[in-house]
Amino acid sequence: MKYVDEFRDGTLARGLAESIRRAADTGRDYAFMEFCGGHTHAIFRYGIPALLPDSVRMVHGPGCPVCVLPIGRIDMAIELAARPEVILCSYGDMLRVPGSQRTSLIKAKAAGADVRMVYSCLDALKIAQENPDREVVFFAIGFETTTPPTAAAIRQAGTLGLENFSVFCNHVLTPAAIGNILESPQVRELGSVPLDGFVGPAHVSTVIGSQPYEYFAEEYRKPVVIAGFEPLDVLQAIRMLVDQVNRGEARVENEFSRAVTRDGNPKAKALVAEVFEMRRVFEWRGLGEVPYSALRIKQAYAAFDAERRFDLEPRKGRENPACECPAILRGLKQPQECKLFAKACTPENPLGSCMVSSEGACAAHYTYGRHRAA
Amino acid sequence: MCLAIPAQVEALLDDDMARVNLGGVSKEISLALVDGVGVGDYVIVHVGYALNRIDAQEAERTLALFAEMAAAGEGSA
Repeated sequence: MKYVDEFRDGTLARGLAESIRRAADTGRDYAFMEFCGGHTHAIFRYGIPALLPDSVRMVHGPGCPVCVLPIGRIDMAIELAARPEVILCSYGDMLRVPGSQRTSLIKAKAAGADVRMVYSCLDALKIAQENPDREVVFFAIGFETTTPPTAAAIRQAGTLGLENFSVFCNHVLTPAAIGNILESPQVRELGSVPLDGFVGPAHVSTVIGSQPYEYFAEEYRKPVVIAGFEPLDVLQAIRMLVDQVNRGEARVENEFSRAVTRDGNPKAKALVAEVFEMRRVFEWRGLGEVPYSALRIKQAYAAFDAERRFDLEPRKGRENPACECPAILRGLKQPQECKLFAKACTPENPLGSCMVSSEGACAAHYTYGRHRAA
Repeated sequence: MCLAIPAQVEALLDDDMARVNLGGVSKEISLALVDGVGVGDYVIVHVGYALNRIDAQEAERTLALFAEMAAAGEGSA
């Protein structure tokens, strides 16, 4: 496939890895966080840790929307699905994620709730058109990549005059989470963030552009290199980060220039601004309450807001107190250092956020088996 | 979750929709989030929407940079 295969070439990958080894042969250690779950997945799938020298360590960030959605919000979705008039439409990733008391949307479906997996919110719109006597709710999750499609669907529902369509909005913001990682109290206690730079998001950045990361480079002196999701992209970004650290620089660089510009996609950003506004605070699994880190539907589109339409009460889930996800997501601990990892907590029975989706740090460690070889 | 696939636009359809070729599979997607996309362009497709167009020249430049770095890694530099 064009724009995929040529970015997975094995010979080039070995050459790039060797160039990283040489550049990083300086007697110091390097720790870089890949924010996105997409990068975490690529890093493990293509065996990138084994290609890197021991002095370069990758820390896996919280950029997996399935992982960071708090249990309380999943409980609210299950509550919605249980209403007889509701058809709840969700991306497939969410169906198996456990809520409180070992419930999940897939179990609710087995118990008779009308839960439907959709590939796109356009499918949810179609289901609403085909079922005028039912209430169709789209369970919207995701970062800045899935937010513009949700905004487009809400606006289209308005144009079509669809009165039985609404959105349970859980969209979250990448820059707010990066800021939280850099300045959380846990990190302050330890004195400094054990990170030398960030591999910046690929597809999120096609929408928001590279500009929002400039603040982190300037304010926190951390280099950011935006990278595509293919293995050569990731290796090249690591090489660029090593070079910046070696030169004592902290700039935003763009390895994914074939799809990312400084300003991103203006049409998508304008649509998001028209339909959504910031929530004052939103809970993230693993990070806790993060100010101005999520979106809700604006008053002008309130008719499409499932939280208002169904008077949904906020719910609070309870996390396992032994779970080390908060420290893992901030780069302070490795999955293997958690007592629950691969014992009580596995991909089949996830207890913490990092085990919930294949893009989570713990699930990737578990599945691609570095801990098994050790 | 944010994984998205490069696809080539084969035909422009009504209502801001397009037919694309996703590695041999034909699919209808929305162009509501992008401007000025034409037949033959490659776009990044995510949850049924094109998020952005792929810049062919920039892709070539990035591949050339990989080759350069990899050659340096193999010791010719």
